[in-house]
Amino acid sequence: MLEILLDATVRSGTPILFATLGAIINERAGIINLGIEGLMLIGALAGFAGTQASGSLLVGVLAAFVAAMLAGSVHAFITVQLRGNQIVSGLALTMFGVGITALFGRGMVGLTIAGFERIAIPGLSRLPVIGKPFFNQDMLIYFSFVLVFAIAFFFYRTRWGLAVRTVGENPAAADTCGVPVLLTRFLAVTIGSGIVGIGGAYLSLATTPMWIENMSAGRGWIAVALVIFASWSSYRALAGAYLFGGITAMQLRFQAMGTTVSAHILQMLPYFFTILVLVISTIRLQKGASQQPENLGQPYDREDRK
Amino acid sequence: MNNLLQIKNIRKTFPGVIALDEISLSIAPGEIHTLLGENGAGKSTLMNVLTGLYRPERGEILFDGTPVQFSSPRESLELGIGMVHQHFMLVPAHTVFENVLLALDKVPNFYSRRKYRQQVQQILDQFNLDFDLDTPVWKLSIGAQQWIELIKLLVRDCRLLILDEPTAVLTPQESARLFEVLIRLRDEGKSILFISHKMREVMEISDRVTVLKKGRSLVTLSRGEYNENKLASLMIGEDQIPEWQKSFRTSQDLALEIKNLSVRNDRGLADLDNFTMKIHRGQILGIAGVAGNGQKALAEVLTGLKEASSGRIMAGERDITNSSARGSYIAGIAHIPEDRKSIGIAPDMTVDDNLIMKNFTSPSFRRGIFQDRGAIRRNAAEKINQFAIKAGPTGNPVRYLSGGNIQKVIIARELSENPAVLVALYPTRGLDIGSAEYVHKVIADGASNGMSTILISEDLDELLKLSDEIVVMFRGRLAGSVDPETATREEIGLLMSGEVQT
Amino acid sequence: MKLISEKRELTTKWVRFFAPIVSILVALFVAGFLLLAAGVDPFQAYLEIVQESLGSLYGISETLVKTTPLIFASLGVSLAFRMQIWNIGAEGQIYMGACGATAVALFSGLENPAVMITAMFCAAFLCGGLWAGVAGVLRARWQVNEVIVTLLMNYIAILGVDYLIYGPWKDPKGFNFPLTAQFSDAARLTEYFDTRLHSGFLLALFCALILYLFMERTVWGYEIKVIGSNPKAAKYAGMNTGMAIFFVLFLSGAIAGIAGFGEVAGLQHRLQHGISPGYGYTAIIIAWLARRSALGVVIVSFLMGVLLVGGDSLQLIWQLPVAFVYAFQGLILFFLLASDFFINNRLKLVRGERHA
Repeated sequence: MLEILLDATVRSGTPILFATLGAIINERAGIINLGIEGLMLIGALAGFAGTQASGSLLVGVLAAFVAAMLAGSVHAFITVQLRGNQIVSGLALTMFGVGITALFGRGMVGLTIAGFERIAIPGLSRLPVIGKPFFNQDMLIYFSFVLVFAIAFFFYRTRWGLAVRTVGENPAAADTCGVPVLLTRFLAVTIGSGIVGIGGAYLSLATTPMWIENMSAGRGWIAVALVIFASWSSYRALAGAYLFGGITAMQLRFQAMGTTVSAHILQMLPYFFTILVLVISTIRLQKGASQQPENLGQPYDREDRK
Repeated sequence: MNNLLQIKNIRKTFPGVIALDEISLSIAPGEIHTLLGENGAGKSTLMNVLTGLYRPERGEILFDGTPVQFSSPRESLELGIGMVHQHFMLVPAHTVFENVLLALDKVPNFYSRRKYRQQVQQILDQFNLDFDLDTPVWKLSIGAQQWIELIKLLVRDCRLLILDEPTAVLTPQESARLFEVLIRLRDEGKSILFISHKMREVMEISDRVTVLKKGRSLVTLSRGEYNENKLASLMIGEDQIPEWQKSFRTSQDLALEIKNLSVRNDRGLADLDNFTMKIHRGQILGIAGVAGNGQKALAEVLTGLKEASSGRIMAGERDITNSSARGSYIAGIAHIPEDRKSIGIAPDMTVDDNLIMKNFTSPSFRRGIFQDRGAIRRNAAEKINQFAIKAGPTGNPVRYLSGGNIQKVIIARELSENPAVLVALYPTRGLDIGSAEYVHKVIADGASNGMSTILISEDLDELLKLSDEIVVMFRGRLAGSVDPETATREEIGLLMSGEVQT
Repeated sequence: MKLISEKRELTTKWVRFFAPIVSILVALFVAGFLLLAAGVDPFQAYLEIVQESLGSLYGISETLVKTTPLIFASLGVSLAFRMQIWNIGAEGQIYMGACGATAVALFSGLENPAVMITAMFCAAFLCGGLWAGVAGVLRARWQVNEVIVTLLMNYIAILGVDYLIYGPWKDPKGFNFPLTAQFSDAARLTEYFDTRLHSGFLLALFCALILYLFMERTVWGYEIKVIGSNPKAAKYAGMNTGMAIFFVLFLSGAIAGIAGFGEVAGLQHRLQHGISPGYGYTAIIIAWLARRSALGVVIVSFLMGVLLVGGDSLQLIWQLPVAFVYAFQGLILFFLLASDFFINNRLKLVRGERHA
């Protein structure tokens, strides 16, 4: 029973994990991205279409990555090079994503593909309780594990990672050290957006291998909140995504078991939970727990007079 | 003599301001060259041009005889020009090691932690600096942070080091230590471009001095060709610096009494620690101390912006310890904030609107829930006249005013209800001499009318000039109290650095 | 050779005015390509939009019908903007307002139309206000980001309404469709010219006027503007920014809630799924486009109404998903942000070698 719940937790949390990781990369560089929801949808559609057309899941994932990267590059260009308002640009991206995927997704409704299948890791997958949820999953989930470590390593053990963090904290300091601030931010936003797209692709290639209009159903927004919960750390993002996945899994379980509580009320749970998590995380932030990147949300203009 | 750096006819403008007006100067190898000039003369702008942060519209820069152009700080850094800015280019949340690492040249992406930690540690040892590589920078004192900034330049082996007002945040003792290092670097053949407006330092350390005024260089003089008075008159164009007539006007009545006040900050450290002080009516009480030793917390508690964790503030018989900002104002305490642009004004609103920010609910400015725009306009006209504010056309957003005029708007607003106490935090910082003089006049006039002023400043000259009494703050406590007539700078410096407690 | 940007010294008024218009036109242009890619002739589509929304009295009335909730929601959002607060929850606040009005209509038993309508209005105002007020409290007390909170509460509000109309409020005579019973005559707003245009529209215009006076003439408006301009300075001047945050969010949500009232009392005469097809999100665009002008809100809301009515007919004719309008709105925002840059900066080509 616990095993089934854990399994559902991991599977439920994975799209959000990708989205949160991508958002963390953006925000570490100092750019807020409220277009996560739109990017997930773009990734979901592109991933599905790519797999549909080519028969290959890998092509689908790549297509999702590239499509989301391109969409994210618009937000990047506007907020970094043009120093536009980051909140409005992100909202525009989400709206655009919702609309454009609805438009081009019409032709995909009703089609199905063979989605990701589980691959058991020999030995580990036989462990009690955690064997199936963590070591008998599909390739994308394994990739997400790797990504969590890779991102942490990148930020704390490489020079580029240090440069990105500095750009988010004090871009002028990075500039005077010779770091190309605008280029760094642009790349962080586009690549981060691509990773968000992979999260969307998980929805249409693994969770339910099909395309449905608006299939991310608000997960992108949950990811934005989870970034704060995660204190911009990829390990805590993992915890947060699975926490959320767990709530969703339980809620679905209750529905399936047929409780007297209305399905609509149950569906509210993840959102309530996210708000609660957000409040608690924000309060913790005030008390001095790991702070947000100091320059988050500010455009960088070298010629700004002090 | 081959010049290391030659600047020819550089011109740089910003919307509405000519910052650099065909400026020219040259720097020789192995010299300490000081740029002297009052605020607004163009020193910082020129430095930002030299380090690739600003792009000039006209002119030429020659480094080692070859024309160069910087389109980014990276390029100027690669040539060997490095700068310690007035506002530090450090990341407070990162460690010492991380801050220095980013400044190092040619570090591979997957670097060896051990190798580079060793390298940074070596440099620290070279200069006898005792910092733990893993301390987050926000925990270091401001003087220590400045050393880190300097280290960042030294690891890149810069040939020209530019230091922008480095002693602003140092005690006299720390400044002396810095000068030792600078002289050592000069003797090694490096050139140092030193920016200051403190006359004594200029006299002490410079090999050559260039005086800037209104974006141009007036003259370059070598050691021996100038003295303090000559430099001062070149800088402000008058033969005499106006001398103040100071008279003691301390009455016996207490305006404010602060007893054992303590304030904690969000990191749990004590900003203000058992602080005790008395201010009399009509007294100008100067508070000296390196920035960051509790001055801001004191000002914020006095004006109701922060809560005290213990202790009392008495205004006469009334205990005003934890009243809100409005309460404090009504109790007769006005406040000239440290950072005028960021907390002193509502930048997008007009001068009229800014002038009534503190008393906009007063019945004279409104009729019921509606504002009386006519009365607001009349009030503004009166204040503009009284304080000689150059406000521009009516309806102009206040952020377009010059620093000095913004300060006047703030002063006009704060003094409009005849406060009993004025808390002024670094009120002349960044102002040109004329505006600074004006602020001093307002404070002195206020004193003769019975208004007490708590003057918090980093400028010892200003404090010595104006104050009836000077107290020194160190680590949130009162380190000592001196008489400006008899105290020496060294005395005050020792108190500021905490080496002596009286 | 390098392309660099430079800040402009002054921006002329007409540049500021035309930039939003140019953005919309460019967005139309780009959207045209998207339509082409989706197999629709853009010229025909745009023509159809204008014809449907403006080509007949009925068309215009339909446009005004859509304009009404847009005005309310946009006024609410733009009020919050004046204080640098992002109310992304207008959508949910509309739903909550509709809920409140419906509760009064169905269960209060009032018979006097004036009393009933007033009660419905007040209920909508209160419900929308309190819904946004939650975010206000969180922001004022703990500085919790209101963007995420208001947005998540949209989802909760819509689910809440669904719960009610599938459950306890379902019309027993409704053949099991998810909707409430029809409102009594007392709970309906007057309609005009045999169209669906209702008095809510006039109320919306009146609301715009009130808000203008509020912001520009009253002491409260002044306080809001100061806090919006510089919250730190406001605090230092003694303003209670916490109360102001709550108050503004409450008011913002309340005004949006009136949109809900208008929809159930004036248009649908019952509560059902999809009371607002995204008006709350469109309101954000309108508020941003209209900057600080209440009149601007009215005008841009009308333009958006045109677009929405047109979008409806496009859906009928070409099966274009209604969500396509979102894509178009996103494009407008992108180009508007880009134009903002060009208003304040200009581009220059400089030579690599010497400065002339």
